[in-house]
Amino acid sequence: MDFSLSDEQSLLKDSVERFVQNDYDFDKRRKVMAEEDGFSRKNWQQFAELGWLAIPFAEDDGGFGGGPIELMLIMEQIGRGLVVEPYLPTVVLAGGALRRAGSAAQKEQYLAGIIDGSKLGAFAFAEPQGRFNLADLTTTAKKEGDGYALSGHKCVVLNGPSADFFLVSARTAGDQRDTKGISLFLVDADAKGLSRRDYPTVDGLRASEVMLDGVKVGKDALLGDADAALPLIEEIIDDATLAVGCEAVGGMEVLYKTTVDYSKQRVQFGQPIGKFQVLQHRMVDMFMEYEQSKSLMFMAAMRLDEGYNEAAKKAVSGFKVQVGKSGRFVGQQAVQLHGGMGMTEELAVGHYFKRLTMIDTLFGNVDFHLKRYGSFD
Amino acid sequence: MDLKLREDDLAFQREVREFLDRHWPEDVREARRNTGRFEETKGESPEVRRFFDALNERGWAVPNWPSEWGGTDWTPTQKYIWDKETARAECPQLSAFGARMLAPVLYTWGTDEQKERFLPAIREQKMIWCQGYSEPGAGSDLAALGTRAVRDGDDFVVNGTKIWTTGAHVADWMFCLVRTSTEGKRQEGISFLLIDMTTPGITVNPIHLLGGIHSVNEVELKDVRVPVANLVGEENRGWTYAKGLLTHERTGIAGVARSEVALERLKAIAARTAVDGGSLWDDADFRRRVIELEIDLEALAMTELRVLSQVEQGGAPGPESSILKIRGTEISQALQVMQIEVFGYYGMPYPDQTLIDNEGPVGEAYAHAAMQAMLYGRAATIFGGSNEIQKNIISKAVLGL
Repeated sequence: MDFSLSDEQSLLKDSVERFVQNDYDFDKRRKVMAEEDGFSRKNWQQFAELGWLAIPFAEDDGGFGGGPIELMLIMEQIGRGLVVEPYLPTVVLAGGALRRAGSAAQKEQYLAGIIDGSKLGAFAFAEPQGRFNLADLTTTAKKEGDGYALSGHKCVVLNGPSADFFLVSARTAGDQRDTKGISLFLVDADAKGLSRRDYPTVDGLRASEVMLDGVKVGKDALLGDADAALPLIEEIIDDATLAVGCEAVGGMEVLYKTTVDYSKQRVQFGQPIGKFQVLQHRMVDMFMEYEQSKSLMFMAAMRLDEGYNEAAKKAVSGFKVQVGKSGRFVGQQAVQLHGGMGMTEELAVGHYFKRLTMIDTLFGNVDFHLKRYGSFD
Repeated sequence: MDLKLREDDLAFQREVREFLDRHWPEDVREARRNTGRFEETKGESPEVRRFFDALNERGWAVPNWPSEWGGTDWTPTQKYIWDKETARAECPQLSAFGARMLAPVLYTWGTDEQKERFLPAIREQKMIWCQGYSEPGAGSDLAALGTRAVRDGDDFVVNGTKIWTTGAHVADWMFCLVRTSTEGKRQEGISFLLIDMTTPGITVNPIHLLGGIHSVNEVELKDVRVPVANLVGEENRGWTYAKGLLTHERTGIAGVARSEVALERLKAIAARTAVDGGSLWDDADFRRRVIELEIDLEALAMTELRVLSQVEQGGAPGPESSILKIRGTEISQALQVMQIEVFGYYGMPYPDQTLIDNEGPVGEAYAHAAMQAMLYGRAATIFGGSNEIQKNIISKAVLGL
């Protein structure tokens, strides 16, 4: 039993922390978001140079062989800075699929580009009717000649507008919600028959509705085995769930500390509002929610690190439940204690609140993960 | 970072389990499971006495004490394993007032004579202690205490009233906070005295708690003469000693292992409770609430491990240690309430009455123990510094407000 970081892990954490502190304050973030892509390509290149884009990949693939602990360290800092660069869709989701199931050729074509920062990806797994059920798919991939033709509607695809390629889940066999008969495909963004409707999200990211209308791909576009992709998808989504949970923990830390600081400055009734016991206890509650979330963050990361099994899935779901509840409480109370100022776009508080609120939805909300957690008993 | 126990820790765990299985076997556990144990009694059963003797023989009675007084040199992980395994085995514990609360004060600030006189007897559970802190006018605001101790020759003469004194009616001794000075800050006029409960002038009046439990008392002290030799440390420094005591044994305070046992028991009982042709455990609403508690408890268990890991590496516990008491007591109370829910109507019969008529319990025996636990359990968020006081402390010490 050991909660300490290795030297390499400490260095990684420090490096991301330094970037967020020095190069990603609230004003800089605002400028970055105003750029055409909604994030900074320059920052992305810097991430590549610092090696962050290579962290989870095997050394044979040109990576650093990092695991869930390293992912946790990066994402927690990304959460503290509300970093909008597409680390999650590109490295965790698309990269997560490629490193687990990609052929040598696929890795060469896509993974190398992720690592050097020249290629961005996105994972089109969700569909309008499917809610959080990863197997509820109406998008089909029909055998056509030597390859497949994909048709369907994938929804709220994070980083869709900037993605060079999409990872698409589609049904190659079976009925709408069957767990078997699901396959994964790599589809280039400029493929004929693929169209997008791009939009910003509430929490400052970009996403797309992706329409596939008979998009033809070769058989080399199939990632992993045909008809058997659901376990792989679930594993990638569990990784991503850990990732956004860590982001939430980072965000909660900033929010409770910002709120405490604000309550020491803001004077009403002739004294700082932090002197009022009712607010003090509220902030203690915020602090406790943060700490309890952080504890389950460690647990989820360490269980995933031991191997991908039922205990790991359960730990991830438990963590996501905690983060959903705590994130809601900390976010809402931070706005409440900042009063009118918490309602404004000009303060960071509201932006953290929005991100925390969206994270509850991402990859399954509290209700979904409570059920999933219970299903492992 | 990893959660695995090392090979030597696993070996230790096996050793502890073997010991507990031998000296506190399953049939004894089962027999005691359905009886509430909230009355403070001195006359313990022969099997409890044998268990304490076995602990002492093995040198495991007081793992957290310094080894020269019979403690162990276990690592924090080993102590954690011990806590976990003893909770799982549902075995009796030494009276906490002597072994966990007074002893650290004595081995830190006591005279050699005091140590020799009291520590071995506490370790062997041959001397029972009670704690004289709260007073009718000094509860959460403990420093308001007014019990006076006035020096007269080689004695202090003590006058005042203590209240909520757990086990005063069975205790041999009381460690007591008394006011020896009214000068300066309130905290600086308090002394730490050890009082023999057989001293003339002491009257113990029972206070009956919810559920008819006799655990706490009011203790009147009228011209009680206490030898100066029974003063611990320096006069007027008692507050410091009492506060120092609060920082001891931070991790055990969350009661995680005991709540884990209670959670498993709750699930098992729910699974055999019939509802609408199925079991209560199949009821989605009930199940959801249990699972929410389980996740809360897991988070707390991990928080405790974080603290443990800091201590193991020689550091001081981080700010997260401050939430252990609050969340630990909240969770154990929530579990107690859910236990009661499981019994439905059979939570209602009043245990005392059903035992008096000699026909045995109405409904299931364990319903009575669970009800007693729930009623008595309300005290957990009140004693040891109420949870509201804990939040005041965190607000000041951690958040800097």
